[in-house]
Amino acid sequence: MSELHDTSYEPGLLAEGTFDPGERPAGIKRIPRGVEHLATEHLVVNVGPQHPSTHGVLRLVLELDGETIVNAEIVIGYLHRGIEKLGEHRRYHQLGTLMDRGDYMSGIHGELAAAMAVEQLMETEVPAKAQWLRTLMSEINRIASHMVWFGTFGLDCGAMGQFLYAMRDREALIDVLEAVTGQRMMFNYVRPGGVLADLTPEMESAIRTFLRTIDGYLDEHDALLGGNEILQMRVKGIGTLDRETAVAFGLTGANLRGSGVGYDVRRDRPYAAYPELEFDVPVGSTGDAWDRYTVRMGEMRQAVRMIRQCIDGIPEGDIMAKVPKVLRPPAGESYACVESSRGELGVHLVSDGSDMPYRFRYRPPSLYSLQALEEILPGRMFADAIMLIGSIDIVLGEIDR
Amino acid sequence: MSGLVWGVVWGLAAGVLIAIAALIGVWWERKFSGAIQMRIGPQELGPAGLLQTLADTVKLVLKEDIIPGRADVTVFRIAPLIVFAPIAMSLVVVPYAAGFAPLDTSVGILFFMAVPAVSVIGVMLAGWSSRNTYASIGGVRAAAQMISYELPRTLSVLPFVLLAGSMRPLDIVAAWQWWWVPLLAIGFVVYLISSVAELNRGPFDLPEAESELVAGYFADYSGIRWAIFMMAEYGGLLAAAVFGAALFFGPFSLLPGAAGVVLFVILSAVLATVMMWAKWTFPRMRPDQLMGVAWKVLTPMALVQLVLVGAVVPWL
Repeated sequence: MSELHDTSYEPGLLAEGTFDPGERPAGIKRIPRGVEHLATEHLVVNVGPQHPSTHGVLRLVLELDGETIVNAEIVIGYLHRGIEKLGEHRRYHQLGTLMDRGDYMSGIHGELAAAMAVEQLMETEVPAKAQWLRTLMSEINRIASHMVWFGTFGLDCGAMGQFLYAMRDREALIDVLEAVTGQRMMFNYVRPGGVLADLTPEMESAIRTFLRTIDGYLDEHDALLGGNEILQMRVKGIGTLDRETAVAFGLTGANLRGSGVGYDVRRDRPYAAYPELEFDVPVGSTGDAWDRYTVRMGEMRQAVRMIRQCIDGIPEGDIMAKVPKVLRPPAGESYACVESSRGELGVHLVSDGSDMPYRFRYRPPSLYSLQALEEILPGRMFADAIMLIGSIDIVLGEIDR
Repeated sequence: MSGLVWGVVWGLAAGVLIAIAALIGVWWERKFSGAIQMRIGPQELGPAGLLQTLADTVKLVLKEDIIPGRADVTVFRIAPLIVFAPIAMSLVVVPYAAGFAPLDTSVGILFFMAVPAVSVIGVMLAGWSSRNTYASIGGVRAAAQMISYELPRTLSVLPFVLLAGSMRPLDIVAAWQWWWVPLLAIGFVVYLISSVAELNRGPFDLPEAESELVAGYFADYSGIRWAIFMMAEYGGLLAAAVFGAALFFGPFSLLPGAAGVVLFVILSAVLATVMMWAKWTFPRMRPDQLMGVAWKVLTPMALVQLVLVGAVVPWL
């Protein structure tokens, strides 16, 4: 290779059909006046799938003009396990196990969506206590998941301490989840008809201990990272998604609410015990990365509020409805959605009356957020790209499925 | 002839000093950052993990020296030394005690500011010769950053030349007065910030930004060559700390004799720790914002300081 930085593509380097180099992205961009022989070229940088800040195995192909991104191509599929197809060969009880491995950061939400879809088909009435426990665990899981986002968001811009502080808080929640469900990540706690286990007094006191400290910690997080001028300089005004674009891309969750659209599944299509809880839905205004940041921080505070209400309000009763060992829902279809940490997580089931779903479709909110990333990257700087990946909070497990 | 011999001796001494400072500095940074981040840091090897860095050094020396297939081999090999040597050289003009600097030259300030600037060439060559997109972006970023911060850093020490009427560090140390500290407060802030930026350390570590460029200009380096880059970083930290401590705080004037040297060492350690503290606390800036800080904030601040001192000097 004679040229020092030959930016031509080797055949087969990029997945066929995903990226059209066309006239070579390394075309001459601009020639300074008076020095015709001096020209600048675009540089193609491959980011990922092995890279410290792609939050999993995301791959970006960025075409840079100096530090500015001219074109961005997102390549996904490195974590594809065929969860939807696998679901067609699993019994209804086993769907939760698969959902855990989709959005592995917030497993409870995935399980809950699958369980709700099955319950819709079966027309099962879930006991009130199970509904409250589902809500409680969902919110605990939401904070744990947002803490990972918060930590990695700091890590993306070099604030390493924040990551470890966030992990401290997540650890307390993961301990609670482990005590209740038996697992730190792949819980398999929410089952069709109810939940696996009840809270013991020790777990309840562990949650109360956490609640005593979390408010102070959240203030600390806000002051240390959100209050930092460098961070504000970096995230304010970048990656703006206006209302129309956000809706057009099908965004949900904090990414949509950051753009000023107040859609929250918990409030607008209530499920579990959410109708009985009091909570606000934080909404941003301009839709930039800073709005998404503040919305998520606000969500954590709302989740703490909901955990407080749940822990005091859990009714007595059964935690599991009477459901047969092998579920054979009548033929038909159902769609259930929950507000996961990343947005509207939906499960669409088609039953043909057998013990396995005929079709199992998983709507991952991150996938839609990721599509919007391609829209907001061009024109930004390379350093911004990393912050923007962080700001839309994706989990590759559910994107690739 | 004797000058050459002394040059070699002091050069070696500076190298050894940097090696010791790097050994202790890395250990201290690990312990200090550990305390900031609720970790313990090294603790197994030696008392409080003091020998951990030594073990790491042995490991790095014994590691295979990997040179990428597409690299420009000669330049790739030399680049770490071009980064390290000027920084080691800059240490010889620092006054380590009252009336003692290894190289007592009448252009000491100029030497200390100008010579380490050569290392930017090494950084660029390292990034360029790796033939790696991350490394070359890192190299170019480093060049832009180090040259930009050269200006406020040099301006921030110019007031000493005005106040002492000499560029010789020993003269400045001898002429030091306590009221220089409040007078030069702005200059000190500029000096500290631009030194951190000059060293490519956080929050200005864009050339090696881990979250974007993986390791920047030394992404392809491993083993002893990587260690030389790290030595250069800690050498630069040491140089910035000792130079700042000796000039801005005048330890040798405050306390006579050996006590002044002890105070000097303590002050240097404190300055180095403050620079580490910034690294482990702040998020990283964006390249354009970094340039903005250099040209729109620090340079005017340094100029204001210069004008301030210029207004004071005629009344002395």
